[in-house]
Amino acid sequence: MNFARILRGLAAGAIATFVLPVTMALAGPYPDRPITLIVPWGAGGGTDATARILASILQEDIGQPVNVVNRTGGSGVVGHSAIAEADPDGYTIGLATVEIGMMHWQGLTKLDYSAYTPLALVNEDPGAVQVSADSPWKDLPSLIEAIKADPGKYKASGTGQGGIWHLAIAGLLSKLEIDPTAVPWVPSKGAAPGLQDLVAGGVSIVPCSIPEARSLLEAGRVRSLAVMSETRNAAFPDVPTTKEAMGVSWTIGAWRGIVAPKGISDEQAQTLIAALKKAYDSDEYKTFMSKQGFGIRWASGADFGTFMKESNETLGEVMKTVGLTK
Amino acid sequence: MDTLEAAFGLILHWDVVTTIAIAAIFGLFVGAIPGLTATMAIALLVPTTFFMDPVPAIGAMITCSAMAIFAGDIPGTMLRIPGTPASAAYADEAFRMTQKGEAEIALGANLLFSAVGGLFGTAILMLMAPWLAEVALKFSSFEYFWMALLGLTCATFIGTGAPIKGLISLFIGLLVATVGLNNPAGVPRFTFGDINLLGGIDFISAMIGLFAVSEVLRVAASGARSLPVPQASVGNLFKGWGRLFVRYWPQQLRGNILGTAIGVLPGSGADIAAWVSYAVSRKFSRTPEKFGTGHLEGIVESTSANNAALGGAWVPALVFGIPGDSITAIVIGVLYVKGVNPGPTLFLTNPQTIYAIFLIFIIANLIMVPFGWGAIKLAKQILRVPPKILMPVILSFCMVGAFATNNATFDVSVMLVFGVLGFIMEENDIPIAPCILGIVLGPMLEQNFVTSMIKSDGSFLAFFERPIAAGLGLFTLFVWGASFVSSYLAQRRAADDPSPA
Repeated sequence: MNFARILRGLAAGAIATFVLPVTMALAGPYPDRPITLIVPWGAGGGTDATARILASILQEDIGQPVNVVNRTGGSGVVGHSAIAEADPDGYTIGLATVEIGMMHWQGLTKLDYSAYTPLALVNEDPGAVQVSADSPWKDLPSLIEAIKADPGKYKASGTGQGGIWHLAIAGLLSKLEIDPTAVPWVPSKGAAPGLQDLVAGGVSIVPCSIPEARSLLEAGRVRSLAVMSETRNAAFPDVPTTKEAMGVSWTIGAWRGIVAPKGISDEQAQTLIAALKKAYDSDEYKTFMSKQGFGIRWASGADFGTFMKESNETLGEVMKTVGLTK
Repeated sequence: MDTLEAAFGLILHWDVVTTIAIAAIFGLFVGAIPGLTATMAIALLVPTTFFMDPVPAIGAMITCSAMAIFAGDIPGTMLRIPGTPASAAYADEAFRMTQKGEAEIALGANLLFSAVGGLFGTAILMLMAPWLAEVALKFSSFEYFWMALLGLTCATFIGTGAPIKGLISLFIGLLVATVGLNNPAGVPRFTFGDINLLGGIDFISAMIGLFAVSEVLRVAASGARSLPVPQASVGNLFKGWGRLFVRYWPQQLRGNILGTAIGVLPGSGADIAAWVSYAVSRKFSRTPEKFGTGHLEGIVESTSANNAALGGAWVPALVFGIPGDSITAIVIGVLYVKGVNPGPTLFLTNPQTIYAIFLIFIIANLIMVPFGWGAIKLAKQILRVPPKILMPVILSFCMVGAFATNNATFDVSVMLVFGVLGFIMEENDIPIAPCILGIVLGPMLEQNFVTSMIKSDGSFLAFFERPIAAGLGLFTLFVWGASFVSSYLAQRRAADDPSPA
């Protein structure tokens, strides 16, 4: 990659000009210069906010600035590739999201979770089944009955074609032994436009996470019928899990975690994991996440690696059922 | 009244006032640099708001965005390089005023009507937010499809010269918009296996190329002469305002209303508002032939609209937590962190914060006048710099801007390619404005068409089944029909009357 080299050259030049004169004198244990945190999604979104709050806590702990850099585009492919292709010198890390286990099944890239050194899982938001408050469905079984009675009539939306929430509803249907295509997917640019379309009467179901639907839930415009996790959401304890509602266990969610390029030294990885653990346990992070309504979940190192592997396999299976794989 | 007092109490703190002032300067600075958009300015502010109280945090964002949208007009007028996409619609027009020596008149008008437009948007937000948000929630893909089609129809009104050339430009824009993965089916198009192209052609980089780099090329090609016209100094910028206000009040009012309405609708913001208003202004002008020659009328209408759109975008954001534009999409996240959870109940449970937000909107649009005045006076010095020094400087700013859109050198290449494209287009009298409109609205049109067809199981009639959609659809067909009829009549008249006019 020629441009990556130019980019690195530029970065190295900038570091040589501005940072080296200072750090030469103080060269000490890792990290002795600023760390770059690549985010594959746009500035201002939930992923970006999570990265930025982590970065601000992290830099206090490790004593070096952590700069968040957004590399957007291509449904996350561009940014995820940038993390994997960075020098494994411990000074470039990134925030990987659930899409890393999806895009390679679609044939968009060869890149998957194995390109990274897993550091820490920091967040997970399970999917949930939202319908409009005007709709006749008060619980999940009645919605499922309606879908069975009239396959193809009720449409769902809330992310792009083959996105996480598309897989969430498709996976739920196939768990219930219903053809996943019984609920056609209407691609949207995210949960917010999908929810707006739900209220406008354009679609019938939005299987996004509860935090994303929060303001409309609180405004009484949408109803959440079930959450696709093992436990209920603390902020909305009245919404049952899919297991409680239908007797089938189906868990899926959007997650975010910090990774490094493969090949980073073990010592650096341990330093970063320890710092991330501190940041994750901090009140600042916990308050921030709970105010946003985001769920938190921790797994580090090899555990996080196993988590990504399992997520990758579950998603791949659903995508095969729906016919999204290449 | 108690609430209002409490709201004033929230604002009249030294930290709030300082934050607003700093945010204003920051917004002016970012907005005036080509490629750094108002959205980016807000995104850059987010980390600093983590450490602020709710009112200064929200105040900083409101002020910063209002200033940035105005400041985008400054390089647009001086150098034909829109500082933010919201200024692109009339950058060419304003630059022609500069060429006539009227830079100060153009900028003064931009400042005045930006501030008034902002205040109008605020007034609507204060008085009608809950009701308007209900209307906005009724918009589904069927309605948006017609809106996008109406917007594209504007392309035939904004380009000067032959309509066929406007259409060529529009189709170039639509083609560019199809590149990448961000289409409803999620299938890569025209990517040639390149990861960067998967992300599509970034609109900002393309815009900088089309406007700024092509201008640099043109100056280089014509031998880098200095601007021949001395800039008339209006001296007191505020002097002519009363007259402008009286003369252009219908345009201004229409710009305000249209801008606020487009702002309220989720997914469309200040940039689309400016384009549509400029087109509407030209369509209904008594002197449409003056458009494109450095005529203030269209500038007044669209500069009013883009600032009015800012207030409008807060309507669905505050009432339902649904972003009205890309700026409020970021703001909503900050509102949650600060415990100001959007929702209809916010107006009942937290009225003093809501009133404080409204007051900051008013303050931001009022202080825009002195701050903007200072910025204009400073920026005027740019015109004294000889082009052979100025143009390389502009080019380097453009590179920084293009790089900053995605932190990638790929976007710098995109900018350069579009610079050459823009140069070739304009040398052949193909206007670049419709091309940009195509890039902006193309994805919106496609997305809403495809999703509507999925929802209706392939039935075209669905585009007329919902009341608002049917109304918009009939209106679109009417506009098209009327255009055809009038051009047919004009042709026949020309054929009947062979005597030269």
